[in-house]
Amino acid sequence: MATSLNPSATADIVARANALFEDLSFTSARKWKVAKPNRKVVGYMPIYVPREIIHAADMLPLGIVGGGDQLEVIHGDAYYQSYICRIPRSTIELGVSGRLDFVDGMLFPSICDVIRNLSGMWKLMFPHVYSRYFDVPQNYRDDIGGNFYINELTELRHDLGALRGKPITDDELRNSIAVYNENRQLIRELYKFRADRPWQAPAAEVYLMVRAGLVLPVEEHTAFLREYLAAARAEERPMRDNCRIVLTGMFCEQPPLNLIKSLELSGCYVVDDDLLLVTRWLTGDVGVKGDPLQSLSDAFLHHSESTAAKYEPDQKEKGQHLVRAVKRTRAEGVIFAAPSFCDPALLERPMLQHVLKEAGIPYIAFKYAENSGQMQPIREQAGTFADSIKLWSGAAA
Amino acid sequence: MTTQTKIVTSRAPAKEAVKDASMMKQKEMMAAHYDRLTSAPETGAKVAATFVPGNLNELIMCFDLVNNLPEVNAIQNGLRRVSGSYVLEAEKIGHSEDVCTYVKSDIGMMAKGNVAPNGKKFPNPDVLLLSYTGCFTFMKWFELLREQYKCETIMLHTPYMGDGKITKNMIDYMVKQLKDEVIPTLERVSGVKFDIDRLREYLKKSTKAEDDLVRVLQSAKAKPSPIDAYFGGIYYIGPIFGAFRGTSDAIDYYRFLREEVEDRLAKGQGPVTPDGDMGKEKYRLVVEGPPNYTSFRQFWKMFYDEGAVVVASSYTKVGGVYDFGFRHDPNNPLETLAEYCLGVYTNRSLPMRIDMLVNYINEYEADGLLINSIKSCNSFSAGQLLMMREVEKRTGKPAAFVESDLVDPRYFSAANIKNRLESYFQMIDQKRAGATVAAA
Repeated sequence: MATSLNPSATADIVARANALFEDLSFTSARKWKVAKPNRKVVGYMPIYVPREIIHAADMLPLGIVGGGDQLEVIHGDAYYQSYICRIPRSTIELGVSGRLDFVDGMLFPSICDVIRNLSGMWKLMFPHVYSRYFDVPQNYRDDIGGNFYINELTELRHDLGALRGKPITDDELRNSIAVYNENRQLIRELYKFRADRPWQAPAAEVYLMVRAGLVLPVEEHTAFLREYLAAARAEERPMRDNCRIVLTGMFCEQPPLNLIKSLELSGCYVVDDDLLLVTRWLTGDVGVKGDPLQSLSDAFLHHSESTAAKYEPDQKEKGQHLVRAVKRTRAEGVIFAAPSFCDPALLERPMLQHVLKEAGIPYIAFKYAENSGQMQPIREQAGTFADSIKLWSGAAA
Repeated sequence: MTTQTKIVTSRAPAKEAVKDASMMKQKEMMAAHYDRLTSAPETGAKVAATFVPGNLNELIMCFDLVNNLPEVNAIQNGLRRVSGSYVLEAEKIGHSEDVCTYVKSDIGMMAKGNVAPNGKKFPNPDVLLLSYTGCFTFMKWFELLREQYKCETIMLHTPYMGDGKITKNMIDYMVKQLKDEVIPTLERVSGVKFDIDRLREYLKKSTKAEDDLVRVLQSAKAKPSPIDAYFGGIYYIGPIFGAFRGTSDAIDYYRFLREEVEDRLAKGQGPVTPDGDMGKEKYRLVVEGPPNYTSFRQFWKMFYDEGAVVVASSYTKVGGVYDFGFRHDPNNPLETLAEYCLGVYTNRSLPMRIDMLVNYINEYEADGLLINSIKSCNSFSAGQLLMMREVEKRTGKPAAFVESDLVDPRYFSAANIKNRLESYFQMIDQKRAGATVAAA
């Protein structure tokens, strides 16, 4: 199949993903909504919500990750002090400017105090929209955190059933879990493909392809990913003499696309990252038999990503996910890129850096905002980092 | 009862600060606690570090553990004006300039010898009781401390009241954590077996002190208010938010304080300020947000110089909200601890916080709302501009916004804050004049 693709296939696919990325009116989601009567759209913010429950209610889960660098924030800044990160203000801008006027519900996951408080702001500003702070356990025992989580999932399932006007059945949930399992498999495959041959799947392309999953129906996105993988495998691209890095800290406010491109242009192949974690938060397949909420809970408690928004009960495990990612992807270094004023990423960073130092893994760090415009300092920093790895890593070994 | 004492503060402004008798008593209690804490290596007492919101002091005492609160240590360092150097030290070793200065003050203090306010070294904690209540930073703070101290850490997760209610699921989750994880670990660390009747006894004592605290805070409904419920209030909450809730000392202190305040009330006196009795009460304010501690007295002076008294504040509810009826219930000891944690101010949704502030403005007949927005504290600060608008809309009273930080002196701009306060007081005057004209 791959050989039948013409050389411009990748570019065409990426162009479509880019158009979805740039569309701040969410035209594709709007079209989905009006295609059939009574369809509903439920938005969610980073870092993780069980999209299976939204899907099971015949609704479109819509990922809202701020306004990026193309949105002019006029109203949103009036809601926040200068020392608060950018994502809530651009999200409010999306809301008050009417760009989210077709969204019937909004979920605000437990990630930090800013997103938490935004959940209350949304209730006040958009009282007609179903808004929920989606709490998750910080205790990972099945009989403690698991029970709490299943009850929270039950409440969400009930609320979305009420919004639809019909309860969500177990079969609907099991079907949605299977659909999302397939999507996650493809994303894992994409990440593996990039880690193996990063010149064939540039970081910006991978980002756009994954990002498309925030606005497309999951079935369509899965097919889209397949298409991209086939095209990317078929197209031979030149391998550069880049170093291989893991990118971390970008799990909430998104970097400008130019920033991701700049890293590769400056000599760093991104072989793993924590961008758009919702798409691969659950690290394996979720069980499709038995109680579906129990299966979602099992996956959350025992097979989910490590990130700053989670408590790590075991000191010995702290930061080891990053070391494992470096080993798994044969990376040569780590770039810490955190949004300015991001409590989770910035408070976590020194601990992760200590772990990397102990493991002898080089790293650099910088901050960004979703609307950062000046990439030259980042290019210089990343370029120097790449050079230092190329020049000195062998000597150190 | 209204005895006032002049003491000399160690740093500028060097003028003698006047403190009333309850403030002196509180200061002695805090000093005694620090002595108890720093003498732990000699006495063999074991130490539990935990946080003010979600402070389970009664439970900690059941295991003969001494309570150490890093936020209170940061506050003490702010008041003594040493926090700035600690914050810089933490930034030097890799902590971001963007994050909480309580954390950086704590970490910088550790890096510089971990010296307590009494000049002696803090003991290393035997256990970190991570009561994760109302503040995301707490979780990372104790992960950072665990990395340093390498001691046992217990997570007690308090769900957030996003929908403005406490559910059975939340209580069950917390009680299960207490029963199956918190209590067994505290037993193991301390070597003391848990006795639920001992917990009940402490909770009974808590209730008595809570009753008196509420009467003190609600005395501010009188005109003139006999207390300042923000700057003065910070002294009042010290024992009950710290290591004394559940003790006989707390009962004695709050009875003493109540009697002192009732005496002032009977005499029609206003609050005691560092410069003595406040003059005529001209403005009654509700304040949202923590204060700045590095210029605490200077900040307070900007209020009392203008005849402004704070009649209610949200910050004095950060370690427990008692004025809407909650009391620790000895009959349901674990459930009541859960309910206490769930109800603290920063664990309440934004709409709940707005309701509280509106209620205070109406109940305490305040002239308006002042928000002191803290750079360090997203839990408090994110959303405050919307809160301000909502409170203005619902009460018709003017609101104002100033910005500073908890313990980082770099973010206290006295001239800016003073200008804004003066403009705000003028705004209140104009509003009153307008109302008078309209009434005529």
